[in-house]
Amino acid sequence: MDTFVQQLINGLTIGSIYALIALGYTMVYGILRLINFAHGDVFMVGAYTGYMLAIHLGFESSPSIIGFAVVLFGSMIISAVIGMLIERFAYRPVRKYSRMTTLITAIGMSLFLEYTFVVIFSGTPRAFPQLLPNDNYTLFGNATINTSQLLIFVVSILLMLGLQYIIFKTKVGKAMRAVSFNLNSAKLMGVNTDFVIAFTFGLGSALAAAGGVLVAQYNPKIEPLMGLLIGLKAFVAAVLGGIGNIPGAVLGGLLIGAAETLVVGYGQYIGIPSTYRDAVAFAILILVLLIRPAGLLGSNVQEKV
Amino acid sequence: MSSLVKSLIFGIIVIALLYIVNAMMSSAGFFGAGIDDYSARLLVFIGINIILATSLNLINGFTGQFSIGHAGFMAVGAYSSAYFTVTYGKQLETAFSSLGEVGATSIILLIAILIGAVVAAIVGLIVGIPSLRLRGDYLAIVTLGFAEIIRIVILNIDAVGGATGYTVPGYASFLWIGIFAVITVVVVHNIVKSDAGRALISIREDELAAEAMGVNTTRYKVISFVISSAFAGIAGVLFAHYNKFLSTNDFQFIKSFEVIIMIVLGGMGSMTGAIIGAIVVTLLPELLRQLSFIQVPFIQVSSSGEVLLSSIPLDSLRLVIFALILILTMILRPQGIFGTNEFGLSWLKRPRKETAGTETVGDSEGTPIAQQEEAKRLTSEEED
Repeated sequence: MDTFVQQLINGLTIGSIYALIALGYTMVYGILRLINFAHGDVFMVGAYTGYMLAIHLGFESSPSIIGFAVVLFGSMIISAVIGMLIERFAYRPVRKYSRMTTLITAIGMSLFLEYTFVVIFSGTPRAFPQLLPNDNYTLFGNATINTSQLLIFVVSILLMLGLQYIIFKTKVGKAMRAVSFNLNSAKLMGVNTDFVIAFTFGLGSALAAAGGVLVAQYNPKIEPLMGLLIGLKAFVAAVLGGIGNIPGAVLGGLLIGAAETLVVGYGQYIGIPSTYRDAVAFAILILVLLIRPAGLLGSNVQEKV
Repeated sequence: MSSLVKSLIFGIIVIALLYIVNAMMSSAGFFGAGIDDYSARLLVFIGINIILATSLNLINGFTGQFSIGHAGFMAVGAYSSAYFTVTYGKQLETAFSSLGEVGATSIILLIAILIGAVVAAIVGLIVGIPSLRLRGDYLAIVTLGFAEIIRIVILNIDAVGGATGYTVPGYASFLWIGIFAVITVVVVHNIVKSDAGRALISIREDELAAEAMGVNTTRYKVISFVISSAFAGIAGVLFAHYNKFLSTNDFQFIKSFEVIIMIVLGGMGSMTGAIIGAIVVTLLPELLRQLSFIQVPFIQVSSSGEVLLSSIPLDSLRLVIFALILILTMILRPQGIFGTNEFGLSWLKRPRKETAGTETVGDSEGTPIAQQEEAKRLTSEEED
């Protein structure tokens, strides 16, 4: 029982990260019908930005909550700007072409970010500085939770509540919902769609960057290709929850995280070695596409001719 | 001259040419004329890349579905056939020893190719059915995920070497790789020109309209995807048995990406474009390596976190350059550099004739034809 609770805590920790990244995928897909392949790499950019901030602002030697907050928000802001620049210079010029074209551009962008960072930071992993003292807290039984896990929960819940507020209580959130409903109608109604799309990219990138910094705290090893697999799993989370659906992305992320750690913990009893943990998300994706392509919370949209 | 005789002559000429090039690669050379090992290796990789690009072009360029996991199918073909030749190769060599060494290895290689193609096709079917039933971009994600997962799975199978790599007998020579490159091109060309090919192109142009016209879109998409996967498997088999060593590092995402670059550069939906793309993408890194004396200023961050402005050789920017080429091609010329145009001698022979029926009706403002005719009639009456 203790190990089960422990596995669940670990699973929900990583699941919260998937959820944060999945939110960016699902928002961009909702608005542009584009799978933003570069989103997983923005997560990586966020982790590296946090690394640079931590080193150059001198927080690596003195762990404190203020240092962590500065690194987190600094990384979110810088990554949001990078996300908007990507949208401005890569995606906006191809928006008028077919979806295939935008998809290829997104793949190109993803590789551009990955290999530019390989050149800048070299491919070898870097150690992310410890920004907060890492203590273990014992819960009931023998299950423990450490500071960085706690941090992941608290920060991601706060960010998701913030996102909910932006989308449902602010004017720009209303515009985002309008654009995702129908871009052309929104434009006719006087919504500045270019701004809304850029804002969405910024918002999604900020969430991914927060995920990057949090993951780097939890598992202090960052490398330029770290976004590839985690981005893929986050996308599966978005599809599982119903792509374009924001609560769905969170639900999907938590489910994928939990499923993954449960396979690692208990898979060996039913013949699945724990090394297959990365295949779990993929198997889930195939099942979702076969059984319920619209996702758990998504509605089945009829194609308009 | 009947078409059968024509294609027979064509086949004989191709095989003779490939045989000459193959002989030039050997240490003796073709009547003394030889090429060095480095160029020989490049030629072989051009051949393998032509198979990959042409087959990916069938699904991406002609059917309009976006697969980005070609390296995954290549890996499936490579490892499944390599497992066969490593396990049974020696026994079969003795069993076929009456055919001579060349004969025996050729038969084993052909069986290996068959195995690699069939296994890759089956895997393509499993991956394709769920993702191709749906419209949209799911195939891209599923194939990307599949390629990564298959790599991880292979890495964990100790029977095929796992992380240490897998040594494979070197049965494949340039001759075989060349022959299969030609076969791939001919098969894909014939598919595209057949009824099925028309169906595939109609799916690319407008899936809804194709479905309304009675094309079973899912069926054709899956067929196209399975054939494409099978050829990727063949490329994998040839790669495994030429390279004599397999490592999962050869099948990383970057390999699939290279194949995509080939067809995007060559123009999606152009046979000759894909071939030229394969040649360019194989040779470009070598060209950059030759130019590595050129130093490019670039920001680097030292291991202690200091930002430095250092100059790095051009060829270490290879993948950054590829990514930029891809993005810029999409922005400036989304149909690829050569579009759907084909190259050939016919380009030289006759000027291209506009086909009938391309003149547009109506004017640029979209005035109805009846109104235009009325306006024309009125002006002519005024003139009278």
